Amino acid sequence: MAAGKNYLVGVFDDPDVILEAAKSVRKAGVKIHEVFSPHAIHGIDDALGYKMSRLPIASFLFGITGTTLALFTLTWMMGYDWPMIIGGKNFASLPPFIPVTFEFTVLLAAHGMVLTFFVVSDLKPWGKPKRFDIRCTDDKYIMAIDLGENQKDKNEINKLLSESGASEVNEKNFD
Amino acid sequence: MQVSSPIREPLIHGGKTLHDVSEDICKQVEATPSKSWMIGFVIALAGLSIGAISVGTLLWEGVGVWGLNKTVDWAWDITNFVWWVGIGHAGTLISAVLLLFRQKWRMSINRAAEAMTIFAVICAAMFPAFHMGRLWLGFYWALPLPNTFGSLWVNFNSPLLWDVFAISTYFTVSLVFWYVGLIPDFATIRDRATNKVSKAIYGGLAMGWVGGAKHWSRYESISLILAGLATPLVLSVHTIVSMDFATSIIPGWHTTIFPPYFVAGAIFSGFAMVLTLMLVTRRVFHLEEYVTIQHIELMNIIIIVTGSIVGIAYITEFFIAWYSGVPGEQYAFINRATGPYWWAYATMMTSNVISPQLFWIKKIRTSIVSTFILSIIVNIGMWFERFVIIVSSLHRDYLPSSWAMFYPTKHDVGVYLFSFGFFFTAYLLFSKFFPVINIAEVKSILKSDGEKK
Repeated sequence: MAAGKNYLVGVFDDPDVILEAAKSVRKAGVKIHEVFSPHAIHGIDDALGYKMSRLPIASFLFGITGTTLALFTLTWMMGYDWPMIIGGKNFASLPPFIPVTFEFTVLLAAHGMVLTFFVVSDLKPWGKPKRFDIRCTDDKYIMAIDLGENQKDKNEINKLLSESGASEVNEKNFD
Repeated sequence: MQVSSPIREPLIHGGKTLHDVSEDICKQVEATPSKSWMIGFVIALAGLSIGAISVGTLLWEGVGVWGLNKTVDWAWDITNFVWWVGIGHAGTLISAVLLLFRQKWRMSINRAAEAMTIFAVICAAMFPAFHMGRLWLGFYWALPLPNTFGSLWVNFNSPLLWDVFAISTYFTVSLVFWYVGLIPDFATIRDRATNKVSKAIYGGLAMGWVGGAKHWSRYESISLILAGLATPLVLSVHTIVSMDFATSIIPGWHTTIFPPYFVAGAIFSGFAMVLTLMLVTRRVFHLEEYVTIQHIELMNIIIIVTGSIVGIAYITEFFIAWYSGVPGEQYAFINRATGPYWWAYATMMTSNVISPQLFWIKKIRTSIVSTFILSIIVNIGMWFERFVIIVSSLHRDYLPSSWAMFYPTKHDVGVYLFSFGFFFTAYLLFSKFFPVINIAEVKSILKSDGEKK
């Protein structure tokens, strides 16, 4: 069976049950494609073995770019390109440059991180949602298992899902 | 679904299930607007249109249509600017600072409060934009763009320019923070939509979100970082706004206490505005089970705290003026309290120092009627605070022959009305077409908030 085509979809009613189910299903050697939920479930990323997101690092890198760019530009504009005598003060001194530098750092850190989030999560206005069960944005917790990626056969996985607390198990095929 | 605890009141009342939450919040997005919404919208649009006449006159004729004179060359415009920016602060405080402190009660009010922030910041930004007279030239007056003067750059030593950067960063970051929070809820609306148009619109807004665990994990992590960035940002914004005054050498403005005092005042007035809006919103959209008396009481407690800080700041300022031994400084304060603008000072003192203290009484802070009245009084008081600081410090300057009074013209009032019209039009559109409560976050606390901690 080809990967990414035929799925078995376990429908759960409770976040704690699906959290335990994710652990037990993985323990039984079944690979979980993804878990879908109407809200964030605390601890699900550990249960699924996901690593911590690196978006904070991206944010830091964008931020530090902002700091450098702002300090460089301000010093160049005020101190070198067109120096102005304002109250007899130094052309380029650090303290008055701090507010703009700070704001620019935050600007790049925030927007850079959010854009990265959109790109890595493939979120785009024209994006088509790949739904395993439409109720996962309302009140159901969904566990999708890619049959093409697992050695175990359908009935075995079906039984496993029901035993770990799924209220229904459906099949979903994408063509 | 909901677990009740003998110790804690649940944050959401009415024993809601997950589906009830989707149903309750999406209902007003899907239904035709109610009568009370229509009436509110017509009033807001009327305000906007009448105000637009003044804005048109202002842009055609110039700032001369305002009541400014040679002595009082800053009055209603900057008062309104500071007032609106201050109001905006509560939204960020609720969504970012309370997120960092893991205060779960924020979840039913953060969406509306953030919307309020965004609209209030737009209202605030109108005033510096309009007061330039020629809006279209504003880009190179305010931004470091290469120009034909050589390039003569903007002055990065000026707090007014810091403001440009602070306000625009604050606006865009708040907008993005708000939008990221909206994505899962747009997906909920998209999946419930029955007609093609709303499916397409909310589908576009939801950007293909389906709520995968990987996405949620990233979502949580960027929310935390955005909150961490927004917290110092919001403090910096009002600090910089206060520096517009504090870095000058005008008696009454030249005070080092301004940054913390302005930030506290901003949170104070912002929470008052959140209360005004939420009390109406919860009534019109029947959200009494989501925004409970407990939420109202907690917000009132923040009003007591920040109101007391503001009160102490007023007294400290007065004391320091006397203690400085500078006659000009002393006179500015005596004139503020007993001069021709004593009535503005008295309004400010009673509304901001005395009225929030009433919230020490539990009956008053848990009553909807008294909270509503006091929240409006606080906002009137905070408008007068800015008016007092700005006008009373300017109108009697160093040279008694140039002393003058400020009298607002109808266009001062008109432009202010325009900002109100814009604010309420935008808020009403938001409350009709967007989910007013964060559906996904509320769902996440249905089960856990009642449990013993």
